[in-house]
Amino acid sequence: MLTAFAILTDGLVYAAYLFLVAVGLTLIFGVMKILNVTHGSFYAFGAYGAATAVGIYAQLGLPDAAGFLLMIVLATAIGLVLGLVLERGVLRLVYGKDEVVIVLVTYAVFLILEDVITLIWGPRSYGAYQPMIAAGNIDVGDLTLSNYDIGLVSIAAVLAAFGYWALKYTRYGRLLTVVIFDRETAAAFGINVTVVYTVTFIIGAMLGTLGGAVMAPKISISLGIGVEVIVLAFAVVAIGGMGSIGGALIGALIVGLCRAGAVHFVPQIELFVIYAVMALVLAFRPYGLITQTQPRKI
Amino acid sequence: MGSRANLFGALAFLALAVAAPALPPWLVSLATIAFANALVVLGLIILWRAGLVPFGQALFYAIGAYAVALLGRYTGLRDVFVMIAVGAITAGAVAFLIGFLLARYREIFFAMLSLAMSMILYGVLVKTETLGSTDGFHVETPTFLSYAPHGTALGLALFWLVLGICALAALTISAYFRSVAGVLAVPVRDNEIRVEFLGISATRLIHLKLVLSAVLAGIGGALAGFAVAHVDPQMAYWTTSGGFVFVTILAGAGSVAAAFVGSLVFEIVRSIAVDILPGTWQIILGAALLLTILFLPEGLGSVFARLRTRAEAGKP
Repeated sequence: MLTAFAILTDGLVYAAYLFLVAVGLTLIFGVMKILNVTHGSFYAFGAYGAATAVGIYAQLGLPDAAGFLLMIVLATAIGLVLGLVLERGVLRLVYGKDEVVIVLVTYAVFLILEDVITLIWGPRSYGAYQPMIAAGNIDVGDLTLSNYDIGLVSIAAVLAAFGYWALKYTRYGRLLTVVIFDRETAAAFGINVTVVYTVTFIIGAMLGTLGGAVMAPKISISLGIGVEVIVLAFAVVAIGGMGSIGGALIGALIVGLCRAGAVHFVPQIELFVIYAVMALVLAFRPYGLITQTQPRKI
Repeated sequence: MGSRANLFGALAFLALAVAAPALPPWLVSLATIAFANALVVLGLIILWRAGLVPFGQALFYAIGAYAVALLGRYTGLRDVFVMIAVGAITAGAVAFLIGFLLARYREIFFAMLSLAMSMILYGVLVKTETLGSTDGFHVETPTFLSYAPHGTALGLALFWLVLGICALAALTISAYFRSVAGVLAVPVRDNEIRVEFLGISATRLIHLKLVLSAVLAGIGGALAGFAVAHVDPQMAYWTTSGGFVFVTILAGAGSVAAAFVGSLVFEIVRSIAVDILPGTWQIILGAALLLTILFLPEGLGSVFARLRTRAEAGKP
């Protein structure tokens, strides 16, 4: 019973992490049909930005809540700038090329940004654990849970709910749904698709940096953290169905729980259980769990 | 075009083989790695012509390398030809099996699913103590039909072997490109449904291409394993695959020769750049890739093709 509860909580925390990193990726793919490898860099920038923010607030001796707020604000600001520069400066030039070619473009940008991170923050690793310690622990039965983890799950849940609401009930969300459904028809009805693309990419980038920022206290921030994230996020998105936020949520939950189960019972397979689940799902549902039926175009 | 290109290629290979003893050993070993990797790039070109970019080709590369390393560790087998054959067959067999899943996908899904496959292998290699875990392990010194060289002689022998295999692969693959299955690559990329209306299964074609490219990657990995005398899980990591894709895009899929020239140039530029600008190597890589895609979408090889057309157009 205790193990089951531990697996459930571990799985939920990991699922929250996966959802936070996957949601920006799936949003950009859904709207723009771009698989954004740069998303890994967004995550890394967010984490490094958070480390800098934590450094600043430790120096100034601000209250803990302000430090956490500063972390979030700085990370999303970085995401805003990065997203704007990338979309306007690079991606605009390659719209209309093959999807695979655009993946390579984002891969090229990813390579560049990896070194930019080294140039800005240097090769040493950072810690930003203060907010996590400040949040403290809570005992639930025999288990000790970190309040920060509970906060993480809440953030992910709020984000999922907000995403659902924004897409369904706001004006911008409805425009987005139209563009996702058919870009050309949307443009013909007078929707400014160029602006929708820019805004979507910026939001996706901000979600990426936000994911990095809230995860920063839980990890050691070092070179190469972006590399792992992009592959993980892709696996989650592929399981759920690319471009679907609900799919990202389901994918994150499945992968999170499977991994937590693996960690408790067969720790050796922890690293590849995610990809095994992905291969298994795709063998039966070739385009993920939540997909729209696509007509064959001749 | 065909026979003249073959003659030119054969002369280039011969010149390299003759010049090898006079070259410094570091250059020979660099060229050995470059040509071993060129085989992987050649495999990527086969798929790229059909519009497919596998982001996980390192899977087969690592299988080839680990096959020879494991043979050396657990059996008495030392002959280089047998060991490479085992590496190639293992890689091909794995490709045949996962091909049933992979060949159903196109574009991004193909790219990323192959990536996931290679990450599974990476995960297994990192976690398995008997396979050397993160450190990997040593590759035994091979023998060449009972000839057992050491030191510089070993480097030369490996280089000649790599050259020979590359020449053979270049001939075979350019013949494949001229065959019906090879020529159909472009129609598969442009419009798959029309290919099916011809009564040919695009999925089967892609399955075949996948196995071919995997065999090439397996041989390349086996040769690289011998050349470095060490294997580690990094060989299966997705950044390794990314490097192969990078060379493919840079060289262009126009010809078989592009794979070899591209791979050689890449290794040389890398060894220079890492010396001079160690912190900004990836910036250079990324910028080069970006500029190539923006301005030379057919790869560097297309520059020569364009020059040739221009020269021919200028003739009276």
